This record gives sequence, C-alpha cells and structure tokens, in this order.
Amino acid sequence: MATTIDAVTTVRPGPPAGRERWRVVARNVFPFVVVGAIWEIAARAGVFPHQLFPTIEEIVTALVTLTISGILLHHAIETLLRLLAGFALAATIGISIGVLMGRSKRAEDICLPLVSILAPIPGLAYTPLFLLWFGPGEVSAVLLVGFVSMFPVIYNSWTGVKAVKEIWLRSAQAMGADNRRMFRHVILPGALPYILTGLRLGLAQAWRILVAVEMLAAVPWGLGWLIFGAREFLNTDIMMAGVAVIAAIGLALEKFVFQALENYTVVRWGMVEAME
Amino acid sequence: MSEPGDRRRSIIRGTVTLIAAAALYEAVSYSGLFPQVLLPTIQTVLKTLVGMLEDGSMLGHAAATLYRVLFGFCLATVVGVPLGILMARFKPVENFFLPLVSALMPIPSFSLVPLFMLWFGIGDLCTILIVFYAATFPTLFNTWSGVRAVNPLWLRAAGAMGADEKRLFWKVIVPGAFPFIITGMRQAFLRSWIAVVGAEMIAASSWGLGWVIFDAKEFLQADVMLASIVVIGFIGFVFERLVFGSIERATIQRWGMVRVAKN
Repeated sequence: MATTIDAVTTVRPGPPAGRERWRVVARNVFPFVVVGAIWEIAARAGVFPHQLFPTIEEIVTALVTLTISGILLHHAIETLLRLLAGFALAATIGISIGVLMGRSKRAEDICLPLVSILAPIPGLAYTPLFLLWFGPGEVSAVLLVGFVSMFPVIYNSWTGVKAVKEIWLRSAQAMGADNRRMFRHVILPGALPYILTGLRLGLAQAWRILVAVEMLAAVPWGLGWLIFGAREFLNTDIMMAGVAVIAAIGLALEKFVFQALENYTVVRWGMVEAME
Repeated sequence: MSEPGDRRRSIIRGTVTLIAAAALYEAVSYSGLFPQVLLPTIQTVLKTLVGMLEDGSMLGHAAATLYRVLFGFCLATVVGVPLGILMARFKPVENFFLPLVSALMPIPSFSLVPLFMLWFGIGDLCTILIVFYAATFPTLFNTWSGVRAVNPLWLRAAGAMGADEKRLFWKVIVPGAFPFIITGMRQAFLRSWIAVVGAEMIAASSWGLGWVIFDAKEFLQADVMLASIVVIGFIGFVFERLVFGSIERATIQRWGMVRVAKN
C-alpha cells in the first residue's frame, strides 16, 4: 500500500520545472515591459513637459540616489513606525472593545450606537479636526491612524466572538472549563479568524490613510511628506520613486505580515473550515 | 433568542448612551476646559449646519463633492466591470492585466494626489481621477472573481440546453457574477468616498466638503468642520444603506442569488 502511494506522489507534477518557471516569470514581466516602453516613448517624445514626465532612467536614478544617501530609508522608517504605533493602538483598543461587545450584552448596547455613528464617516474627514485639537505633527498622525483603523477591528472582533458556536461553549462548560479557560481555549481561537480579518482590514485602511495624513499633518519625515514636498520643486522623479516605495511596502505588508500570520495561527489551529 | 423585551432594552440602553455621550460632550464644551473655538457646543454646530444649509453653501459643497465622486465612480465602473469580465473570460487578457493590477492595487490613491495635481492641475479633473483610481480596483477585482466563481455546472447545463455564447453571457454569467460585482461596487463607493474627501483637502479647489473642512481649519472654525463631517457621514450612510441596499434587494435577492454569494 505504501509503495503505491509513493508511486502516485512521484508521478504527480511537482513544482514547475526550470523552463516552465521561466515562462511564468516572462509572462508576469511582459506587461510591465510594454507599459514601461509606452511610458518611455511618451517621456522622450516630449508630449508632456519633461519636468512633469520623467524618463524611467531618471526615476530609477532618483530612487538609487535617495536610497544610497539614506534619505529614503529614513522616510520609510518614520512612516512604518507611525503605522505601527497607530495600528498597535487600534489593535489593542479595537480587540478589547470588540471582544467586550461580543461577550456582554450591556457593553454591546452601549457601544454599538456610538460605533455605528462614527464608523461610516471617512476617517480623513477628521484630519483637520485632529490637527486643531492635538496640533500638527506626530501625535495627531498616530492618533488619527489609530482611530480610523480601529473600526474594522472592533466590528470583526465583535462578529467573531458572537460567531463562536454555541455548542462549543456549552460543551466546554459541561467539561468544567472556568471563565478564563473558556476564553483562552474556546472563544479566542474561535473568534481568531474574524479578528485577523479585522486586523488585516484595519492595517490596510491605516496604510491608505497614513500617506494622506502625512501630507496634511506637517510631519518632518515620512513617505507621504516626501512626495508632497517634492511637488513644490516639481521633482516628479522623486515623487515617482516615493510612490514606488509606498507600493512595495504595501505589497510586502499584505504578502508577508498577514498571510504569514494567518498561516501561523488560523491554519495551524484548523479554524479555517470552521469559519465557513 | 431576541425577545421583544430584550430588543426594547437594547434600544433604551443605546439611546441612553447617545444622550449621555452628548451630555458629556456638552459639559466639557461648556466647562471651558478647552477653548470653545476648538470644541464648539452641539448647539453651535447645529446652528452652523442649519445656517449653511439655508444659505445654500452646504448644498453647493455637497453637490460639488457628489459630482466628483459619482463621475469618478461611474468611470471606474465603466472601465472596471468590462475589464474584469474580459480578464475572467480570456486567458491572454488576464495574463496581461493581472500583474499590472496586482502592482498598482497596493498604492494608496492619496499618494498619487500630488502627482495628479502636477499633471492635471488643481480642481475637478484631479479629484475625479483620484476617485477613479481608488474605485477601479475593487470593482475590477470583484468582477473578475465573480465571473470566475460562476458555477461551471450552470455553464455546462446552459450549454447542454443549447444556449449560444450571447445568451450564456447574459443569462448565466452576468446574473451569476452579479453579487460579486455589487459587492465590488459597494467597496468601490466606500473607497471613493474616502478618496474624494482626502483629494479635496489636498488638491483644494474652492468647493467640496473636504475642502470646507480643511479650509475651516485655517480660521479655527471647528463648528463648520463638525457640521461638514456630519454631512459627509450622512451622505455616505445614505449611499451605503439606501442606494446599494436597494440595488441589492432589487437584483440579487429577487434573482435568488444571495445564498450563492455566501457560499
């Protein structure tokens, strides 16, 4: 029996072989080459003023010089720190409120109206108000990012805790679990897929808002500020380089932070099927 | 589970919370702990709101914002839905556009505002294009997944019953993908609504709810800011609940598609 299974597994097509993989890479690179070529032709033909429409070469040069001088790194680190601080705030407060709302009817009745009124307002609308209240700079930016990304976390934690199957709770109770163990071993793992979804949405929202907040809040460093500042001097190449870095960070956040986290916890605990 | 008494208690508790929160706000505002300009009383905010509604300036701002958001959103739908369908139906189209879409999608629309300001100038065009950028990807992505998620069994059944390409498309694929498309448009609208406020703040013209808020900051008019925030929240809520809710009821639920969408 074991040998047949072995035979079957060896016959099954494994990861793509060398040539196949190259074809996949080529297929993914091709569109960028086309778009790049069109861009380059438009830039060199001088359809638009050169200052506003730099060639790819200039953008790459700007990217490289800024990276080597460490300026870009400084901007990126400041942005990431701000994102982390705001998001940590949102995660802590959001999960606490959400879980509390899911567990206690009283907390739900009290918090839900407030949350439902505040949540649908686009977070950026609060920016000038926060700037007035907390002054321009770091505090406003972090508080705003935290405030905005808190709502998806609250909503999803709340839904998650409420979605924990009644049968699990009752069977845990029947087996003599006290409140603390019930929370740690039943409710938390049961609600985790939802909480993670909330964190993921919150982080995405924080990331989207942060760039705009940096432009408005007059922070001394940060990628949003880099782009906004470069506009004053018509440094389109620097702006494009900044946008490229922002895109790269956004992609990395999604791919590495959240997919990894999800694999580590949800999949390992075997909760993904339970969610459906 | 939820008996009428339970429900009533929830409503009472919710109302009490809201009143308590409002009273607390009023108390802090009146106490002069913070300057009144920064923390206006609810009365002042309401008075400003009514005043702006009466002299028509609020309507003008709301109209400008709605024009931009709807223009950009419609543009995004017109581009996103067909492109999504094409990507799902034709492999070469997917091969070409999917890498581009995946690369552009993580770029927050705001990071393009300064660039678009340089390219298209300050005003309507820049804002509309930002909205377009923000709204295209959710629409595109959901349409693409929706068409791909159409049950292959239905396609084969329709094929076996002799449906030609055209009928297959209109009678099977479009209704089948519709829940996803609506979800995409809903997401797209939420994002456009955020994008338009941000874009208006940065790429300031002279009308628009985002612009009012940002402009009011210069003059320390926190009441104007709060009044505009109320209007922004209200319009967003109306669109989310009434417009998309009724579209959903009129199409998906009538076609009996909701269960499929959830699976």
